[in-house]
Amino acid sequence: MGRKTENIRKAVQIMATPQYIRNIGTAAHIDHGKTTFSDNLIAGAGMMSEDLAGKQRMLDFDEQESARGITINAANASMVHKYGGKEYLINLIDTPGHVDFGGDVTRAMRALDGVFILACAVEGIMPQTETVIRQALKERVRPLLFINKVDRMINELQVTPQMMMDKFVKIVTEFNRRINEILPAPLNKEWQVNIEQGTVAFGSAYRNWAVSVPYMKKSGISFKEVYEYCNADNEKELAKKSPLHEVALQMVIEHVPDPLQAQKYRIKNIWKGDLDSKIGKSMLSCDPKGDVSLMINKIVMDPHAGEVAIGRLFSGTVVKGQILHISGMPTPQRVQTVSLSVGADRIAVESCAAGNIVSVTGLKDAIAGSTVSTLQDMEPFERMAHYSEPVVTKAIEAKHMKDLPKLVEVLRTLAKADPSLSVEINNETGEHLLSGMGELHLEITEYRITNEQGVEVVSSPPIVVYQEGVKKANANPFEGKSPNKHNRFYFLVEPLEEGVVEAIHKGEIDPDAKIRDEKAMAKMLAELGMDKDDASGITAFKNTNVLLDCTKGIQYLHETMELVKQAFDEAMVRGPLAAEKCSGVKVKLMDAKLHEDTIHRGPAQVIPAVRDGIYGAMCQAQRILLEPMQKTFISVPQDYMGDAISLVNQRRGTIIEMGQEDVNATVEAECPVSEMFGFASAVRGATQGRALWSTENSGFQQIPAELQDKTVREIRVRKGMNPEPYDEKYYAGA
Amino acid sequence: MAKGLVFVGLGLSGIGGMTVDGLEALRACDRIYAEFYTSKLIDTDLSELAEAIGKELTPVTREQVEEGRFIVLEAKKSRVGFVAAGDTMAATTHLDLRIQAAEEGVPIEIHHGISVFSAVPSALGLQPYKFGRTVTLPFLEDGYHPRSPYDNILENKLRGLHSMVLLDIREDESRYMTAKQALEWLFEGEVKWQGGLINDDTLVCVASNVGSRSERLTAGYAGEMLKRRDLGDPLSTLVLPGTLHFMEAYSLVTFAGAPEELID
Repeated sequence: MGRKTENIRKAVQIMATPQYIRNIGTAAHIDHGKTTFSDNLIAGAGMMSEDLAGKQRMLDFDEQESARGITINAANASMVHKYGGKEYLINLIDTPGHVDFGGDVTRAMRALDGVFILACAVEGIMPQTETVIRQALKERVRPLLFINKVDRMINELQVTPQMMMDKFVKIVTEFNRRINEILPAPLNKEWQVNIEQGTVAFGSAYRNWAVSVPYMKKSGISFKEVYEYCNADNEKELAKKSPLHEVALQMVIEHVPDPLQAQKYRIKNIWKGDLDSKIGKSMLSCDPKGDVSLMINKIVMDPHAGEVAIGRLFSGTVVKGQILHISGMPTPQRVQTVSLSVGADRIAVESCAAGNIVSVTGLKDAIAGSTVSTLQDMEPFERMAHYSEPVVTKAIEAKHMKDLPKLVEVLRTLAKADPSLSVEINNETGEHLLSGMGELHLEITEYRITNEQGVEVVSSPPIVVYQEGVKKANANPFEGKSPNKHNRFYFLVEPLEEGVVEAIHKGEIDPDAKIRDEKAMAKMLAELGMDKDDASGITAFKNTNVLLDCTKGIQYLHETMELVKQAFDEAMVRGPLAAEKCSGVKVKLMDAKLHEDTIHRGPAQVIPAVRDGIYGAMCQAQRILLEPMQKTFISVPQDYMGDAISLVNQRRGTIIEMGQEDVNATVEAECPVSEMFGFASAVRGATQGRALWSTENSGFQQIPAELQDKTVREIRVRKGMNPEPYDEKYYAGA
Repeated sequence: MAKGLVFVGLGLSGIGGMTVDGLEALRACDRIYAEFYTSKLIDTDLSELAEAIGKELTPVTREQVEEGRFIVLEAKKSRVGFVAAGDTMAATTHLDLRIQAAEEGVPIEIHHGISVFSAVPSALGLQPYKFGRTVTLPFLEDGYHPRSPYDNILENKLRGLHSMVLLDIREDESRYMTAKQALEWLFEGEVKWQGGLINDDTLVCVASNVGSRSERLTAGYAGEMLKRRDLGDPLSTLVLPGTLHFMEAYSLVTFAGAPEELID
């Protein structure tokens, strides 16, 4: 029996004993070595040769990932490790570090109880490191620190042992400061990492070695020796004496809580149902006999099995053939297969018990983020705080006529698997719009369509996604007339309260969910800063916009309201300036005058009247165009500082902060995404390849007034519209 | 009047449906626009009409009429006719066009046409004094499932009044609601809203193609009427009678084949 098969047999045994399960992940700034690190753990479990670990990148099973050397999806693997005479089942998820794939990281965290945050010894805590720490803590996932690429620091930077220790202490201190800031007491103290206790380790994932203070006691290797091994270029021996996987596993088993312990404090943070209910208690105690409560964190497309839903099972046991309900979906579905994941392989099992990460097929309606249960009406898990606002778009169409229907199908499935991807299908033109979190995100998606799904496509260059908003409130209600002139709607618009927009961004308000309790929603909006009377008219959300019905007792308005909502949706999806999405607009219906007869106030009359009413009101409230921004972090040798800064300035960037990091100068700036295309080669050229840099999406900002008209015209021309947007006179129908 | 806008209702069917005055007024027009999206012509067509008037007719779409301005502007310079089936100012509301013309100082002539509003009560022998609110049953659409027709008919009924129920016309899609579809509409509404408006024993009348050669009048109990195939083709109008005067009961039995037991 090969070790792999043996491993699987054991895994199935341990699956039922939660105290021997650990659900962990890796997360880091891009290129700090997560996947290489994970490979070491898998190799240690005998699932791949130890020599290959660090080179094969087992978890990067996506061809595209291996080729680019980065992880795109949060891949997962289950493995068995022996520690202190006992065998443990380690469920591991490797998450992507590139900023374009942030949504995947958030969803992966939900499944974990502990996470290795990797930090490069040379670069230290980077912006994305900070983001993943925040994501982990928000989900109450215990972070452990692994300082990677120590060999690089010793060999390339020629540091002294003292400098090395100083740097380590600095990274640990910064790491702890963030934990202290983000977590409430007493957890912020309990979860501090500590070199002595072994919640911090150092090493080189690429060279397969690591050290921690507790492991040193066993191996007898000291820091001094580590330094010598590296200097003598004898890391192979170091890897034998102090292998990474053993060091890391000791950390996991000693310091990551098992599901029994973790669920006791995690559930109340991720689920807002009644903790005293049957399902609540069952999750708190990780009860395999309870009702099934499964949180899907990922959908994978398998060419043979179809859509595979992967998630953390918080309660109950998932069994083949079982009927499960998916939150928000009408029809229950039957579990076709249950399996564990090992890299790209899935090993079928009969059932899987609470506390594990499990793969299930048959749940066709599930999307990443769904709550799945044996109960029909289980309160869903907290929506993951990831309101995706795509910043770039590509138009994409099938290269060959015969692929037209297949492309639509593929796009629909991709959108299901990746909620941060937005897909607009246009069956009339066959030219679909694909929007995502960055250039890379779209490139990868396109690659998948072509190479994994076998649909050749033609695509446009990436285009920035803009948003539209209003500057102020319009003074008097604007009147929108129906084409037959027999119906009139009156609107006020103004910028939506910051607090409400933020609550939508944070996921505290789900704009796509049906408003179940209007009174409760009104109360919440009032607490977020909205006027009480306005809030009581809450009717609908669309993205970060709201529709409020401020009328009282108008005959027939009730049966017309669905049409008003449809028109509001339409207006918010295609703004009046450039047909871009609106954001942060509060629309108030102040009055309506309707025809007596149903035919004279049907969709063909009401929708244009409402749309024009909202558009006209927006004209009066002064329309603004918003563009996506990116925070850009650059680290360069002092000599190139000036070049880096002028590059930022050329791209309409604002310098936020400048600093010093060892010998390098650092610049933090904010630039519009539209100016960032091609930045990679520009910065390489300007600094002769000496700059380290990264970016992070930082929301939308009003475009400088002097650029607005020009940009609006460009967008409209690109969309085949008349270059000048219509004015309020047009919308008044005068 | 050499310049201006001339509204002519074409009445219920054929060339002869309009008034003699209306026909003469059209003959004096420089141009005639014809609108048929709110109703359709029965027993005639555009070319027959053009031949009778001795002038071409230009059909206009809903959008063109709703835009409307070009018709008014033209009427400032020449004599423009505007025709529609029935009456141009009744169920077919072209009041907006008339107001626009008035605002522009364009002279206006109106030649009333015979409308279902008077023809249906007359045909069935129901007294026009006793009708409540008229309603239209629309084809249901995404986001548009109005309840008000049901409520309004019910309100009429509770007050002992008759209800005239017009049926949706989608001329551009060649879809006309049939009497059977209308009855189904009401029965489905009953399931949803349970106001006690209609059951198998509710008396209903159907007037199809009123005022034309193919006019057909039927009256009976809703359950039976749903099964009948002889209610006539669209355009149809439904009437749900309120309290019947004895003369009305005689009329329904005599002219629309209602059950004799109505006469007591």
